[in-house]
Amino acid sequence: MSDAPLAQSAPRAVVPAAAQIGSSRWRSDAEYVVIPVLAIAASFLLFAVFLLAIGKSPVEFVSLVWRGGFGGAFSLQNTLQRSSPLIMTALTVAIPARIGLIIIGGEGALVLGGFVAAALAVPLIGVVPPMPTLILMAFVAMIAGGVWIGLCGFLRYARGVNETISSLLLTYIGIAIMNFFVEGPLRDISNPNKPSTKPLPDSYMIGSMPGTSVHWGFFFGVVLCVALYLLMSRTTFGFAARVTGGNFRAALAQGLPVGRLIVACTMIAGACAGLAGFFEVAAIQGRANASLAAGYGFTGILVAFLARQNPLVIPPVAIMFGGIVAAGGLVQRRMGLPDATVQVLEGLIFVVLLTSETLYGRFSIFKPKGR
Amino acid sequence: MSSAIISRRALLRTAAFGAAGASLGLGSLRSARAADLVVGIVYVGARDDFGWNQAHAVAIKALKEVPGVKVDEEENVPETDAVSKSMESMINLDGAGLILATSFGYYKPFVVDLAKKYPNVQFRHAAPLWNKDTDPKNAGSYFGYLNQAHFVDGVAAGLSTKSNKLGFVAAKPISIVLSNINSFLLGARSVNPNAKVQVIFTGDWSLPVREAESANALIDAGCDVITCHVDGPKVVIETAEKRGVKSCGHNASQAPLAPKGFITGAEYKWETIYKGYAADLKAGKTLPNFLVGGYEKDFVQNTPFGAGCSPEGRKAALAAIEGLKKGKPIYVGPLKDNKGKIVIDKTYDNLDPFLDKMDYLLDGVIGSTT
Repeated sequence: MSDAPLAQSAPRAVVPAAAQIGSSRWRSDAEYVVIPVLAIAASFLLFAVFLLAIGKSPVEFVSLVWRGGFGGAFSLQNTLQRSSPLIMTALTVAIPARIGLIIIGGEGALVLGGFVAAALAVPLIGVVPPMPTLILMAFVAMIAGGVWIGLCGFLRYARGVNETISSLLLTYIGIAIMNFFVEGPLRDISNPNKPSTKPLPDSYMIGSMPGTSVHWGFFFGVVLCVALYLLMSRTTFGFAARVTGGNFRAALAQGLPVGRLIVACTMIAGACAGLAGFFEVAAIQGRANASLAAGYGFTGILVAFLARQNPLVIPPVAIMFGGIVAAGGLVQRRMGLPDATVQVLEGLIFVVLLTSETLYGRFSIFKPKGR
Repeated sequence: MSSAIISRRALLRTAAFGAAGASLGLGSLRSARAADLVVGIVYVGARDDFGWNQAHAVAIKALKEVPGVKVDEEENVPETDAVSKSMESMINLDGAGLILATSFGYYKPFVVDLAKKYPNVQFRHAAPLWNKDTDPKNAGSYFGYLNQAHFVDGVAAGLSTKSNKLGFVAAKPISIVLSNINSFLLGARSVNPNAKVQVIFTGDWSLPVREAESANALIDAGCDVITCHVDGPKVVIETAEKRGVKSCGHNASQAPLAPKGFITGAEYKWETIYKGYAADLKAGKTLPNFLVGGYEKDFVQNTPFGAGCSPEGRKAALAAIEGLKKGKPIYVGPLKDNKGKIVIDKTYDNLDPFLDKMDYLLDGVIGSTT
């Protein structure tokens, strides 16, 4: 983005060189905090206008969101539980974004990952003990998700197929594959009215984290975020991926293995969604059925964009979204608003945030001094 | 869409009880936990969907009129842990003492697990799934056997058709849906032995485009009556009306959508069940754990006859309703499926659990479950 003219006219402070570098760093980093916070504040303001227009109190709305999403142990656990699939599906968007790809098909990888995990478990139950079964399930879920999204990356590199479109379309194929098996060969006939795979017995389910009702998916999601942040910003692999994302031709000219990098990044991304699917099956549903396609993959896109594709920022953003969704029910019940109200808020946040992208570099206050 | 506006008004009205809470402040929200009973209701879709959810939402009004009962409704709750969290939120934040979970997939594991976790809260779920040996005593089931009303649809349609071909747009080949198709056929055959039912499965509960295509395909194949079992029958009924053929409804009243061709429709009468619950609550009684029935218990009904129904059809349908009220069986065995195999060996009572496991289409239905 080009420098705005006003930056040039900003008065220059006279400070010692070392302090100048430190404060410059701080200033330019602050931009990445202040602008999203302002964007969220602006979207809440717009939403307040919307609420006033339909004769509702924004103050009540905010207090209900607080109460339903964050105030109290129950609400907080509700929020964390809802945020855990979002953390992983947001990674599915954020990692390929670093290499310059926009993947929006996390939903399909989640569904397939969950389905493959549930299908694998059926013959193993009672034969293999719970722990190895779960590890194996998680493993195949990640492979399935990884192959699915990896396919988009491969097609992009090898055939020039637009990865955004292909990943979206593969989502529908993924859901159809699951439905085919769940309604056909792998259907549990003892459950005649909701086609599902055979359920996992309780002993094969992943429990909650000690002292909470939040399942382990949240913990692993956060660990994954930290690990992938380190991978993308502290290793040569991550550096090469970012170079490729920055300038594809330059990366090729440098002799970087661009194809392999793209496939690796998309496979990692898909594995994250697959793991989310595994947790949906092993911690919540206990079986694979149409409820796996609950839209987590799509909400994950919002979370990733809101987090500016930074894995470390994903957990707090996912928690914020989880909280809004968790409070959505309370808002519906207490304010008599339709369910779509919360979606209006999510939509506003997303649009304002995308708009705010154009603001970067336009405020002199964030400019490093002396340039 | 006008229906959205109506719904908002309806919501505002129904939310009037929340006015106390609306005066705000976290403290005053607590006061919702008064001595009154709070009944939490979760819906899987929108309350104005012209279908399953609307049928429940309309009936819930009966509960709202009971003094001392507060109704706490939440719509569009998916069949994931979102529903356990919504129910738990109703219990923890609103003090709900009775939860009505109205979608099939809510039951296992969500309702069962929560019933174990909150033994002092009563849970009732809208499908005949409660098992008295394995499931918690504070959980339970209620259900209306809508296939009885589809049987009546079939009777009226069988005498209102000219081509003897009836079309059925169905979502998924699961037992409840198959039972409605088979009952529709048997109803039609009971008055018109030449009647055939052609079925198309769309594959999912809400696929409006495919539902319209299916309705058109059935009409092109010569069907002159169209009915359906999908979440929102609106598209199917409107398509039939537009093409100038007759239609039978499903779940709630679609009569206003087809002023020319509407015959009648199969409707739930959840009201009877909810009123019964309300009366029990008022009397301080515990709610029954398992409450299912059809016409004999007034749990289902047919939409008032429309312009599409022939006078003979009307007469025969009314007679069929009288029969069902007395428990006259629909499935008079032996019956063959459409591949020639005997699948119903003898006559079964209308509520017999044997029929709940149906996985076939009877002889006379054109279509396949796979």
